[in-house]
Amino acid sequence: MKRHAAVAGWLSALCMGLGQWYNRQYAKGALFLLIHAAGIYLMTTTLIPHLKGLVTLGDKGQHLEKVGKVFKNVPGDHSVFMMIYGVLAALLLIFYVFLYVRNIRDAIQVGRRREQGRDPQSLGNSLFPWMLLAFPIIGVLFFTIMPIVFTSLIAFTNYASPNHIPPKNLVDWVGLATFDKLFNLNVWSNTFGGVLTWTVIWAITATLTCYFGGILVALLINQQGIKFKGLWRMLFIVPYAIPQFVSLLILRNMLNEKFGPINQYFRVFGLEGLPWLNDPFWAKVSVIVVNMWLGIPVTMVLVMGILTTIPKDLYEAAEVDGASSWMKFRNITMPFVLFSTAPILITQFAGNINNFNVIFLLTGGNPATMAYNNAGETDLLVTWLYKLTLDFNQYNIAAAVSILIFLFIATLSILVYTRTRSFREEDMIQ
Amino acid sequence: MKPRLVFSYLLLILIALACFYPAIWTVLSSFREGNSLFSDTFIPKKWTLEHYHDLFVVRSDRAIPYATWYLNTLKVATASMVLGTLLQLLTAYAFSRFRFKGRKTLMTFVLILGMFPGFLSIMAIFVILNTLNLLDTHWALILVYSAGAALFMFVAKGFFDTIPRSLEEAARIDGASHMTIFTRIILPLSRPIITYISLTTFAGAWVDFIFARSILRTPDQWTLAVGLWNIIDAYNSTEFTLFAAGCVLVAIPITILFMYTQRFLVDGLTAGASKG
Repeated sequence: MKRHAAVAGWLSALCMGLGQWYNRQYAKGALFLLIHAAGIYLMTTTLIPHLKGLVTLGDKGQHLEKVGKVFKNVPGDHSVFMMIYGVLAALLLIFYVFLYVRNIRDAIQVGRRREQGRDPQSLGNSLFPWMLLAFPIIGVLFFTIMPIVFTSLIAFTNYASPNHIPPKNLVDWVGLATFDKLFNLNVWSNTFGGVLTWTVIWAITATLTCYFGGILVALLINQQGIKFKGLWRMLFIVPYAIPQFVSLLILRNMLNEKFGPINQYFRVFGLEGLPWLNDPFWAKVSVIVVNMWLGIPVTMVLVMGILTTIPKDLYEAAEVDGASSWMKFRNITMPFVLFSTAPILITQFAGNINNFNVIFLLTGGNPATMAYNNAGETDLLVTWLYKLTLDFNQYNIAAAVSILIFLFIATLSILVYTRTRSFREEDMIQ
Repeated sequence: MKPRLVFSYLLLILIALACFYPAIWTVLSSFREGNSLFSDTFIPKKWTLEHYHDLFVVRSDRAIPYATWYLNTLKVATASMVLGTLLQLLTAYAFSRFRFKGRKTLMTFVLILGMFPGFLSIMAIFVILNTLNLLDTHWALILVYSAGAALFMFVAKGFFDTIPRSLEEAARIDGASHMTIFTRIILPLSRPIITYISLTTFAGAWVDFIFARSILRTPDQWTLAVGLWNIIDAYNSTEFTLFAAGCVLVAIPITILFMYTQRFLVDGLTAGASKG
């Protein structure tokens, strides 16, 4: 028996495409050979310098140099450029290695088929889905994966205003110093601790109020004897239909302390009115109430959908056994609703941690406070990192905060993922 | 009527009022004379269409190029819709119809990446676009909106999964290529899902504030979300009636779209619970 697999595999390991030629797949072999040539060319000419740049991040900033008789400002290395190109180079290199491995595996597999006396598969069929996926993959690579990689890198540098902003200055790797600052340096750790605490309180309160509010409203509509159920549902969905940023900006005006209609009504009853958005405590109350206004319709629609799926015979059986309506509610409706909406509860919790719009458009993170560094009383971690990026150019701290939020959200997402899995398998049993 | 029902109806009416009040108040404000937020009466004493007219007139004493913002938003939203829908359909089709090596791994990857909130990497996107001098362009914004669309392909994949394979097999026997099958058989059958995806991507781009504000820097490039936010932020509610008129014009198309897509709503919301 000829050992096609081993020969083809080794040939392909030696140089991409050789194994395919040995297997008499000339077109495929030529394609791989071309990739190999392009890879080696790119590696020697551009990839290696860029990868080196990623390691050093440049060694000379903008500096004065004697040109002739006068000193001139000469542009130095631009660390961020070097980092971007370095990351691109690394991605390309990984892709090249991936193709190399695929090429060897392909040669071995085709060789094995030949040993067994079968025809090698044609290229077209296995390639078509990848052709379809090429553009989506490129898009995701550049606008999702690359930013994630870049964020993780920035967190380990000192890229921040005022002393490390290219092209004027260089940026350097500083290891875990940024995280150390965030946790241990008072200026930052106080803010981080305060904002984190409020983010958690906010996420829990916002999620629970919307969740139970939504369930209550759905049950209210679904009561026996209530007419025009569809109409009520339609009416209550209005807050969800209006673009969120529009409602939020309008509500911000309605809650205006001096001229807003809400305080105006308070005055009609001879009351002072409240500093809805200007007092630390009332601002927190306001964002949670406004969030209920926005979020309850979503839960309501979901729960109403679930209510229709509860089998009627459960209720009939309960009635035969003489259950009161409260018992039916407690033992049939509630477990059913809670069970079906559990994964959504986690998703909404994760969403609320990152609920940028409600906070930023309603209060802008204000009222401002002296106790925090570049943050206000109602700032969440996300709005804080937004401000750190756009207004204060503290990129490394922003990146570190993003990573921490991401780790938290990822844990939650994995939880959701495994839970939905278990749900599906449960359905299969039924 | 039982007291329980009376109480329930009262509660329902109260909630309905709370739901509608901001919208009605804004519409009424947009017809009110003057420009202040404050008003003695709920219903305007004098009605006027002036503010709607004013939105489209360029005045030198203030930078509110509303018509430009509207066109910008329309352009960005339409382009993102076309590009995003295309990318999403291609991905969903590939995963639904082909069994290729690495499919499962890639799908898990898509699922996990899709759960990653895109704007967490806003810092990176901002820095990269800033360094490459691409800030303040609509193309950058369009790419940011649509490039990640593939990650939300599960609804479409679920739909493609329901199209019977026998249709394709019959076509293949008749000698149709992959591309012919996709354009002649799959796409015409998928009109509902295409409508759904396009409308949601369109609406998503129409109402986005976070990316638009960080990428677009000059008033002439802004979209409506950034522009309207700026009216409130910079003019501190002194141009409130104008703002109200602007809001009404933004909200109308989206609210109509929403009513149209309402039947998909529950499917879309629960998609998270049955992905994969």
